[in-house]
Order: sequence, then structure tokens, then C-alpha cells
Amino acid sequence: MSVVGLLFLLMGAMAVGSALLVVTTARLVHSALWLVVTLGALAGCYLLLGAEFVAWVQILIYVGAVVVLLLFALMLTRAPTGVQTGLTTGNRVVAAATAGVVGLVLVTVVVAGFGGARVSVDEESVGSATSMGDAIFRHWVLPFEVLSVLLLAALVGAIVLSRGRASSGEETP
Amino acid sequence: MPLLFPLVVAALLFAIGVYGVLGRRNAVLVLMGVELMLNAVNLNLVAFDAYLRDVLHGGQVLTLYVIAVAAAEVGLGLAIVLVVFRGHGHIDADRMRDLADRDAVDDAIAAESAGESAAPSRSGVAGADPEPVAVTAAVES
Repeated sequence: MSVVGLLFLLMGAMAVGSALLVVTTARLVHSALWLVVTLGALAGCYLLLGAEFVAWVQILIYVGAVVVLLLFALMLTRAPTGVQTGLTTGNRVVAAATAGVVGLVLVTVVVAGFGGARVSVDEESVGSATSMGDAIFRHWVLPFEVLSVLLLAALVGAIVLSRGRASSGEETP
Repeated sequence: MPLLFPLVVAALLFAIGVYGVLGRRNAVLVLMGVELMLNAVNLNLVAFDAYLRDVLHGGQVLTLYVIAVAAAEVGLGLAIVLVVFRGHGHIDADRMRDLADRDAVDDAIAAESAGESAAPSRSGVAGADPEPVAVTAAVES
């Protein structure tokens, strides 16, 4: 097995293990911190697959922005930092069974469909910033513009939601 | 490297995300499960981009778009979570019964009043709700 394959197995095992800890740990803040490990390991997977620019965007946006946003939400909802009971619902057995069936079906499908396929990642810089910028602004520029409108709408929606009702007399800071 | 490595990792991550969405009570943890599922999809996209040697880099560009959409989704979702917290005092997904049936709403109100008058024991609504008020996050309001 090649070095890239071994490294990918390591990163994938790290991602899956820390993702399991994200959904099973009994501390809320630890859950967000394990999510950092998962996303970082996934960025390593992207690097090994040759998607260099996507890996840095993953680090910047997910680890830098989304996890910080989640931590802010935990702080603003006054989440306690200690060990908590009752973080999972009563029907977690059904949830675990559903997740197990989903995982089994997906693994079966990909093994049956792509059992012997190999991906070669030896050629360099298939996903460098130059080629990605070329691809985005030469071929995929229309979805890029649509995405900017979507981000603007989400921003306006988040502001409107979080400043509260003006009619209730509650003054906004 | 076999293509199965990233695909199996992505499938397992997706299953873990499904469990996180279905099995967690805190709404922020539910959003973390959604993030796990989106990341599994991203890994699939990057893997197939490398496998098919797409000259237009469709998989990687779509991964960037999914990352941006996920950032927008989590911003909006957390704003909704904060509004729910301001209105209810908790973000427990099991106790958000505003859109339930009439009977279920009555049961929830009865459970709330029983929990306020006495200790939060399950005596008042024993048969009504299989998983009644369990204190999780921040009910000291």
C-alpha cells in the first residue's frame, strides 16, 4: 500500500473516531472541540486527494468560522460546561439503528459499485488555487453569483431574526 | 489508493451525522450532526473529482459551494436557535411542542405545570409522555 493510502487511512480513522465522539460525548463544549478534530482530519483527506485549495478553505471557513459560531451559540444559550446527562433523546436506540442501517446500505452500495476502482493522486496540483480560480471564474461563474445572493439573503435573515421584534418594546443593543 | 477509502469514510461520517441529528436533544448538537453529513458529501465530491479527473473541476468547485451554503445554513440556524432560546428558555428539541397536536400540547403544558409546582418527577403525567421533562440545558431562567 502506498504512503498516501496509509496516510489517508490514518486521517479517515481520525475523522470517523472524532465524529463518533462528537455525537456521543457528554460535554457540550467538548463536542464542538471534537468537531474541530473531525474537520481538520477531513482537510487532511482533501490534501491527500489533491484538493489543496478546498483543504485550506475547509480550515478557514469550517474550523475558523463555523465552529466559532457554534461555540458562540453554546455560550449564548448558557450551556453548562460540566458532564451532562440527558443529552440524547429517549429514542436513541431507534436513532442508532437508523444510522446503522444508513451506514450499512451506503457502504454496501459503494463497495458493490466501486470495489476495484483506484484513484491516482500522483500528479501534482490538480486542485491548486490557480486551477480552482480558473475553473470557478471561467466555467462556474453563474452559480458563484447566485451563491453570493444566497449569502446576502442568509445574512439579512440572520440579522432580522436575531434583533428581535421591534413591536415588543425590547430595545436592541 | 483505492477509491473505496474516501467513499467508506464518507459513508461512515454520514451515518454518524444521521445519528447526531436523530439522537441528540440540544439543538446546537443537532446542527453539528448536519455539519457532519455535509462534510461526508464534500468528501465524496472531492474523491470523485480526483477519480474522474474532471477537467472542469466540477467536484471541487461544488465542494466550495457546499461549504459556503453550509456556512449560511449554520448562521441562519443558530439565529433560529437563539430566538427559540429567548422564547422558551431552553433549546431542548424534545420539549419543543409548539406545533404538536392539541392533545400533545395539553400534555406538555400539564407536564410543565406539574414540573413547576412539585419537584420535576414524572408522577403527574406518567402515561402521557414517554420522555418528559428532563433538565438539560439552561433552565434556570
